[in-house]
Amino acid sequence: MSDLNATMARLERARPGKVILWTLLFLGGVVMITPIVFMASTSFKTGQEVFELSVIPDRPTLENYVFILQESKFMRWMLNSLWVATFSTASVLFFDSLVGYTLAKFDFRGRQIVFIAILSTLMIPTEMLIIPWYMMSRSFGWIDTYWGIAFPGLMTGFGTFLMRQFFMSLPDELIEAARIDGWSEFAIWWRIAMPLVIPALSALAIFHFLGNWTAFIWPLIVTNDPDIYTIPVGIASFNGEFQMDWEIVMTASCLATLPTLLVFLLLQKFIIRGIMLAGLKG
Amino acid sequence: MTDFWNRLTIGQKLAITAWLFLAIPLVFYITIRFYPTFEAFYVSTLKWNLLGAKKAIGFKNYIKIFADEDFWLVLWNTIKYALVGVPVSMLIAFVIAYWLNEIHFGHDMIRAMYFIPFLTTAVAMAWVWRWFYQPLPIGYFNIMLSWMGIPQQPFLKSVTQALYAIMAPAVWAGLGFQIVIFIAGIRAIPRSYFEAAEIDGAGRWQILREITLPALKPTMIFLTVVSTIGFLRIFDQVYTMSADSAGGPLNSTKPLVLMIYEFAFDEFKLGRASALTVILFMILLVVSLVQLWLMRKHK
Repeated sequence: MSDLNATMARLERARPGKVILWTLLFLGGVVMITPIVFMASTSFKTGQEVFELSVIPDRPTLENYVFILQESKFMRWMLNSLWVATFSTASVLFFDSLVGYTLAKFDFRGRQIVFIAILSTLMIPTEMLIIPWYMMSRSFGWIDTYWGIAFPGLMTGFGTFLMRQFFMSLPDELIEAARIDGWSEFAIWWRIAMPLVIPALSALAIFHFLGNWTAFIWPLIVTNDPDIYTIPVGIASFNGEFQMDWEIVMTASCLATLPTLLVFLLLQKFIIRGIMLAGLKG
Repeated sequence: MTDFWNRLTIGQKLAITAWLFLAIPLVFYITIRFYPTFEAFYVSTLKWNLLGAKKAIGFKNYIKIFADEDFWLVLWNTIKYALVGVPVSMLIAFVIAYWLNEIHFGHDMIRAMYFIPFLTTAVAMAWVWRWFYQPLPIGYFNIMLSWMGIPQQPFLKSVTQALYAIMAPAVWAGLGFQIVIFIAGIRAIPRSYFEAAEIDGAGRWQILREITLPALKPTMIFLTVVSTIGFLRIFDQVYTMSADSAGGPLNSTKPLVLMIYEFAFDEFKLGRASALTVILFMILLVVSLVQLWLMRKHK
């Protein structure tokens, strides 16, 4: 009640222009999430109710979820996606920061060349590499393997560049002091430098994980076996199977969206800050 | 071994450590990035179906591509995605970011509503949008049009509307990212600029035009380039949403990347597909170079 009173008081103080502005922005936001709300609500509807416009189903049901989890390989795809994205993100966090740190804090001949070479990979679009990657995967037997899906993204020029920027802002004295104390170079990086760039690491982790979770074209090419599909490839394969069972397809889409949405709602402030950070530095 | 290590100077030790740290990454970049890049150029000069013998044919793939009417249609489609998608999304994102920045009550909640689409999977949302575009008894858009007394629209089934119908979810999904970056850019402008302008009696419109917009130039260049490259590489939405066949109806929605995919993995014309990727690379390179040039000019 006091909350409401405070709100009312604030509203009264606000100029009417602000209230209209707020309302317009809010309505715009409602339009933005309509497809998602619609998707979620349909996933709880029965086949007969699907074409009614109601947001809240008359007779909500979990049948569609049961169907998807039992009749399709959805759980399997979910685990595939999770495993590939986690593995790839761990690799990127380790190697991109190791390389970024080396380029930021070591003085050695050839540093500039390595930096420019890695930076130049940002200019090469993935699409140009997929045919050679596919040829490579065929000759090494990587088709239909997790490694095959993950290997192109195990290190990124973007992440290396981002981490280098952050490591450069750490004071050199810190590293010198640890050296004098007899720390190994690896320990200095892992135990002193890394904890100081956790905001950058989390931004990179979020970006990379999300990119992997939604990645489509490469997993589509490198997998033929439905047991190895990632979620996007699996959902695209519904095209033939469940053509017009909208409630089933909506349920699958909903399940695919749920994990990222939950993570976002839990870590909203953190994620937005990470995106701003990466956007401004990148 | 320890003797050898102990005899080195500190600088030499550090250099060796650095190269040790870089060893695995260098192997990765050489085998997974640089070698494939050269291979793409090389394959673009071959006639090759993956199984048969490779035949060197020089620039014939490129000549064939430029002589192909479909290529010019596809190139024009690709440019249309960027040419319409970028300004429309940037304009909407800026207007929302500008006003959202002034709102404090419920700021996080409203921002989240705009940002959430960015977290969705294009392939999953494609199904929702396809449903929205369905004809009358089913599709929401046509239902809304019928309320307003406007005749039904074919959307994905129309040669003229399908490209924009597929572009819409791409704009929708990217908006949240653009808004967040715009807000970050606006907040990075020193407050003293605005205070000084207010003291000088500048109005809201004047402050926007003479302070906010010029200060946002780097942000705008960054976002323009990122989203231009994004739209030029559009694939997921087209592959999953287009009617009749991928890129349909009648190739009216087919972008370059889909053409590459079809040449390479449906028809196994790897040489022709590689030549197309080189063309895509050149186009993206020009966009990136323009960005660098603009950034430098700005500084």
